[in-house]
Amino acid sequence: MAELVLEIRDLHARVDGKPILRGVELEVRAGEVHAVMGPNGSGKSTLANVLAGREGYEVTQGSVRFRGADLLALPPETRARAGVFLAFQYPVEIPGVTNSYFMKASLNAVRAERGLPPLDAIDFLALVKQKMKALEMDEKFLSRSVNEGFSGGEKKRNEILQLSLLEPVLAVLDETDSGLDIDALRIVAEGVNRLRSPERAVLAITHYQRLLEYLVPDHTHVLIGGRIAKSGDRGLAIELERRGYAWIEAEAP
Amino acid sequence: MRGVAAERAFERIFGAARRALAAVEAWRTFAERGLPTTHDEDWRFTSLGALESVEFTAPEPGEIPEEALAAARALVGDARRTTGTTRVALASALDPKLAPFAALNAALAVESDLIEVSADCSRQLPFHLIRWLGGGAQLASPRARITLRAGARATVIEHFVGARDARSLSNSATELVLERDAQLDYVQLQELPETAFHVSSMSARQETGSRLRATSVALGARLARVQLLAALSGEGAELELDGLYLGRGTQHQDHHTTVDHASPRTTSRTLFKGVLDGRAHGVFHGRVHVRPDAQKIDASQTNRALLLSDGAVVDSKPQLEIYADDVKCSHGASVGQLDLDQLFYLRARGLDPVEARALLTYAFASELLERLPLPVLRESLEARLLAWLPRRPGS
Repeated sequence: MAELVLEIRDLHARVDGKPILRGVELEVRAGEVHAVMGPNGSGKSTLANVLAGREGYEVTQGSVRFRGADLLALPPETRARAGVFLAFQYPVEIPGVTNSYFMKASLNAVRAERGLPPLDAIDFLALVKQKMKALEMDEKFLSRSVNEGFSGGEKKRNEILQLSLLEPVLAVLDETDSGLDIDALRIVAEGVNRLRSPERAVLAITHYQRLLEYLVPDHTHVLIGGRIAKSGDRGLAIELERRGYAWIEAEAP
Repeated sequence: MRGVAAERAFERIFGAARRALAAVEAWRTFAERGLPTTHDEDWRFTSLGALESVEFTAPEPGEIPEEALAAARALVGDARRTTGTTRVALASALDPKLAPFAALNAALAVESDLIEVSADCSRQLPFHLIRWLGGGAQLASPRARITLRAGARATVIEHFVGARDARSLSNSATELVLERDAQLDYVQLQELPETAFHVSSMSARQETGSRLRATSVALGARLARVQLLAALSGEGAELELDGLYLGRGTQHQDHHTTVDHASPRTTSRTLFKGVLDGRAHGVFHGRVHVRPDAQKIDASQTNRALLLSDGAVVDSKPQLEIYADDVKCSHGASVGQLDLDQLFYLRARGLDPVEARALLTYAFASELLERLPLPVLRESLEARLLAWLPRRPGS
């Protein structure tokens, strides 16, 4: 059996004192793509932020293990270096920091953790340009400030560019499909598909099924009221698209 | 004897006596007025108490130590250097009667730097005025008048450096005159030791169509007060007034700007940024004055300060006095800490939090350095800024 990359047990978390996650159970193995779907307010983004280690997301109960280690004990940068990547729902703008400087610093931090030597400017540029080409991104985005003045779609593409550079063990996509037109959606999904490998896992958090037409999941979970209310295969995602969430909410305890 | 020739002759015969008398008068003015106190509205946030415990001595004549000279020159690159000439009277804004430190400078200045650029000697190397402040507790009074004749262009770097551990005071007066369509880049770079005092008074007069970019980069000194005054006297004159100030420990960085829109269709854009750590204190007092008949004015003023510690303080006082009706004026001020969302984003990509904080601070401050005129200066100050950034685990 493939390596257990992510193991979430009875996860409870609060935001601003308000309980959002209430006993999430989830297992993700290497090579798998899992979709987590759910209505607004079900805790999807909270789950993503807890996994990345964002401040203000308070875990009150349960555990998260990443490749067997206690993920929750690690600060965000250590998680990233160990191979956890969060594609942000709202990537933040950082005026004054150029995209290429940022991505090179990020890549070299991750490489150091893997025992690899840092890439120099020339090797980095060659690599990033090749990745940008695959995502149909203009090279001008390298010299611009991180996400500053990018359109919604450009920001999401920039996230996937970082994903493809860092080659994480676990990619968590937080509503990466929101705000994308159909062409951008296809390019972004293809970018994620290229990374699929027996060593890597993807947790795609989404409200809609349309991303999953391109990024076909092995497992689909429905998050309702801070709990996984139902799990299934790809067919569940399609059924959700057709029937909505109400029938599961009715079934849920 | 008549006219210019006569004036020159009189100057030769009686000049020294006249200057001595003017210095005595300036001293009398200063002595009557005394040092400003925090009861004085323009000095509300800056106490000069620390000056009163020092007994200043006259500046020791002599060359700048070779090492300091080499370091200063490396920062700016190829440039023209000037040698001082006889002391000159400076214009109204630096009138001893109006400002105590201008009076003190007029009383004590021994010589002045006079720079005059005409349109046909433009496109040459920048001028680099190195203001050396000796050790102990000396009082230096540098003085300069920089005149750009019609259509002339020039870059002038006035660069304040000093002996390590000096408790000395540098009290400078600088007058800029931009005649019709002249273009000047003026940079005041202050990197005195953090034990020294710095007061500088800059006054610019801009005639029709002239453009001035004046930048204050304040890195050093224990207490620094920079006064920048620009009078947009001729129609269509443009001003860009920039400032970057860094403070740590108990440093005090005070900027006091006055932009006087005295003519129609003049524009000014003022942008100051401060980064304060430790128990440093920053002050920005920005005054914009639009005179009654000065229509079609466009003026903007922004002061943004980044506080890296709980003990750092900034006082920001915008003051808009608008007496014309067809004007566009805006001002903004912000004081804050590093953005937590940005910090998290960097950490979520594997950046060490100490480095992430340094990077965000650098990004905040470097905007102003990017606008500096000389690439060499820009790069050396970017390196200086990087070295300054506090790198410690923090909140």
